[in-house]
Amino acid sequence: MANDKIRNFCIIAHIDHGKSTLADRILEKTETVAIRDMEDQLLDNMDIERERGITIKARAVRLKYTANDGEDYIFNLIDTPGHVDFNYEVSRSLAACEGAILVVDASQGIEAQTLANTYLAIEHDLEVVPVVNKIDLPSADPERVCNEVENVIGIPAMDAPKISAKMGINIEEVLERIVTDIPAPKGDTEKPLKALIFDSYYDSYKGVIIYVRIKEGRVKVGDNIRLMATGAVFTVVEAGFMDATSLVNNGSLEAGEVGYIAASIKSIGDTRVGDTVTNNDEPCDEPLPGYRKVNPMVFSGIYPADGAKYGDLREALEKLQLNDASLSFEPETSIALGFGFRCGFLGLLHMEIIQERLEREYNLDLITTAPSVIYKVTMTNGEIQYIDNPTNYPDPSLIQTAEEPMVKASILSPSDYVGSIMELCQDRRGIFKDMKYLDDTRVELHYELPLNEIVYDFFDVLKSRTKGYASFDYEMLGYKPSKLVKLDILLNGDIVDALSFIIHADSAYTRARKIAEKLKDNIPRQMFEVPIQAAIGGKIIARETVKAMRKDVLAKCYGGDITRKKKLLEKQKEGKKRMRQLGTVEVPQEAFMSVLKLDS
Amino acid sequence: MNTLGIYIHVPFCGKKCGYCDFYSVCYSKVQAELYVEAVSRNITHYSDNSRKVDTIYFGGGTPSLLRNDQLSFIIEAICNNFDLDPEAEITLEANPSTLTPEKLTDLRKAGINRLSIGVQSMCDAELKLLGRNHTSERASQAVYDAAKAGFTNISCDLMIGIPTQSSESLKESIKLLSELPIHHVSAYILNIEEGTPFDCKEIRTSLPDEDETAEQYLITVNELGRYGFAQYEVSNFARKGFESRHNSRYWMCDEYLGIGPAAHSCYKGKRFAVPRDIETFINSPVQPVTITDENPCGFEEYAMLRLRLSEGLSLSDVSEHRESIEKKLPPLIKAGYVKYDGEHVSLTPEGFLVSNSVIESLIF
Repeated sequence: MANDKIRNFCIIAHIDHGKSTLADRILEKTETVAIRDMEDQLLDNMDIERERGITIKARAVRLKYTANDGEDYIFNLIDTPGHVDFNYEVSRSLAACEGAILVVDASQGIEAQTLANTYLAIEHDLEVVPVVNKIDLPSADPERVCNEVENVIGIPAMDAPKISAKMGINIEEVLERIVTDIPAPKGDTEKPLKALIFDSYYDSYKGVIIYVRIKEGRVKVGDNIRLMATGAVFTVVEAGFMDATSLVNNGSLEAGEVGYIAASIKSIGDTRVGDTVTNNDEPCDEPLPGYRKVNPMVFSGIYPADGAKYGDLREALEKLQLNDASLSFEPETSIALGFGFRCGFLGLLHMEIIQERLEREYNLDLITTAPSVIYKVTMTNGEIQYIDNPTNYPDPSLIQTAEEPMVKASILSPSDYVGSIMELCQDRRGIFKDMKYLDDTRVELHYELPLNEIVYDFFDVLKSRTKGYASFDYEMLGYKPSKLVKLDILLNGDIVDALSFIIHADSAYTRARKIAEKLKDNIPRQMFEVPIQAAIGGKIIARETVKAMRKDVLAKCYGGDITRKKKLLEKQKEGKKRMRQLGTVEVPQEAFMSVLKLDS
Repeated sequence: MNTLGIYIHVPFCGKKCGYCDFYSVCYSKVQAELYVEAVSRNITHYSDNSRKVDTIYFGGGTPSLLRNDQLSFIIEAICNNFDLDPEAEITLEANPSTLTPEKLTDLRKAGINRLSIGVQSMCDAELKLLGRNHTSERASQAVYDAAKAGFTNISCDLMIGIPTQSSESLKESIKLLSELPIHHVSAYILNIEEGTPFDCKEIRTSLPDEDETAEQYLITVNELGRYGFAQYEVSNFARKGFESRHNSRYWMCDEYLGIGPAAHSCYKGKRFAVPRDIETFINSPVQPVTITDENPCGFEEYAMLRLRLSEGLSLSDVSEHRESIEKKLPPLIKAGYVKYDGEHVSLTPEGFLVSNSVIESLIF
């Protein structure tokens, strides 16, 4: 197949704007999938993705399309993750394409993530093809949305296809635009192999499957390939492409093509997204630009609710890591929670997804600690420490300066909510940068915010304050000195390590009070009074008390039904097993979780 | 050979009380006849003339709905099939409204020598709320008549934590009760049982809260003590020498044989229960039973039951657990839940109030 008959593209869309539905329609129209095999939203094949309407891992699929010019074209549709946590993965997916379809909801317009990803696509020199979707909705206003695209992004949009992916309206127009507007890939098949890894996953039979875009040269079964970042060398066992449901091994791939390589790779750690694949015997001079190792930004302790499940948890994390090299974990011990793992995530969504998958796919009952960012602490002796676990935060007297990571946040919202958004950002120590009107009713706000202020519940609160209309995106800005303190929570006078966290001194008092109240509500009355204290250093700044229970008695013993009485006691004892015994205090799992969700 | 207690569950009521989850059905004359025959059949089935029976307890239900001759028939059946102690304690639970002077005389004649009267409260508004079909005056009258009929061992039930009940009304009930010629009080905290008519929002929201109920319990212990009723179990108080011998069997892991639907037994090394179904009971030659415990009276059960008694648990009786129990005592003693004299571990009234937690922490 000549290169000029290939189109490599992705779809950029905000959650719910119809990316997956459009992908399904394209698959249908190109008859890649027989209608009877269609399962709604075929590309997103993880349960969680389907439920949340988001794409977590990139996927790619090859489609055949006969255009109006009578020629057959090969489309490689590369599905991209839509969320900021996977920003780097998005950028690598984009780097594998020549064009992007920008799907915008005809009633809602552009959202923050769409904008961020579109800018990213433009940065990568992609041809952006705007498409206005959901024109069947009564509230659709395609003209306004086209204007918005032109004004905000600065690309012509007045003749953008106006479609309804759901109803199957104007899908052909999109397919034709892919042919006419998106450039064919370039690349010399005679040069040494140079291929970009944009995704990988672990297959228990074939080992790691890497998804690649061949930029130069060719690769075929039997070749020795080298992954340039890690230096690992493998022999190609399969090379081919993905149709909608399976891998098709056709023995080779060449410049311009998108496909997969299987080479009996044991560890996904060897196959880093963004790395370059070359031929070990005839290597290229230098790797493709843009590779970096992704580092976790958010950390949290994950513990099995039942200590006996520690081994199961480790196994589950290992399995998840097979497919997700960005997940990191190492054993950690907490006095309160026992044995568990300190896990690193790309961001909040990534963290939630991992936790949910552990619970759902591996049937684990978990206790997680408050998410923490990495603090940079310069000690009085000049030594620099990076702290991702509040428990390890040094004694304040040994700290010269403490710094926290900052992000540049961009929020898109109807202008009605500007006031409450500003209030929220100010509460979260945000520094206002600028605000611009996208049109009469929509604004884009920029704030500089500490990452630790958004790791808890920022997005949830933002959503609730804007009735779900605001969208939010952020990128890392680096470290900034900050007045940080470690807040400890004491139950019955003893520090509960799993509840400690690092916070800005100005927010400490409010947060301390909220946590103490939450704990009071979530720790049941027990035989003894339980004082709850929040302290900075040795100083108590908030206090609540769970009063001792007064009545817990089975008074009746009529008729000698002793068995029932004994069973009730045994049940009570079983119930307590699910609680964490901290000294004399029994703390239910919910209490640990409750402090993670402090409503503003 | 150990002595034996026999419990007869009489599952008939004139009217079901809204808070009650004991098994009972509406009284019918025909069914009562068949029931009495079935009880007699079962007594014959368990017949063992070598066993000395020294307590009989008619519980319910409302056993006082049975006629004099029916009660006599059952007691005679026991007498014919077991070695009935002439000094046996024979208790009958009774609703005050059923206790006429004639009925009381009949009961004495039938051999009943102890009455447990369901007084519940001496405040008429509370009785009405509970759906009781008698007033406090009727209850007083019943007690006086019982004494007149020759009953020298009378117990009254008292309920704590009744909707709208206050410490004052409780104190008043106790005062009025103590002035009656009674010897024993069973004081229960009202517990809303799942599925009973009381298991509803209106009732739950009108109950005294946890702290008030606890306060009422302590008042009860204190006031009854003041009037000469010493606490000997979580819910039971007696003048000296009038502790319930039958109920003590439950707490001492002694044997008892239960007959009747929903009756429980601890007999010949097993605990077993009869299904809660009068028809099945009447229609079976021998009452069907479900084993609830193959191996009763182990340490946990023994300790659990002993700790419900004011006398407490003697650590010499459970010497292999002494160390582990002693280790757990200091915070419980400090909190005022437990007393320990170096041999007996016993719960204080405050400890009884949270006895589930205290006992659970001590024995598991």
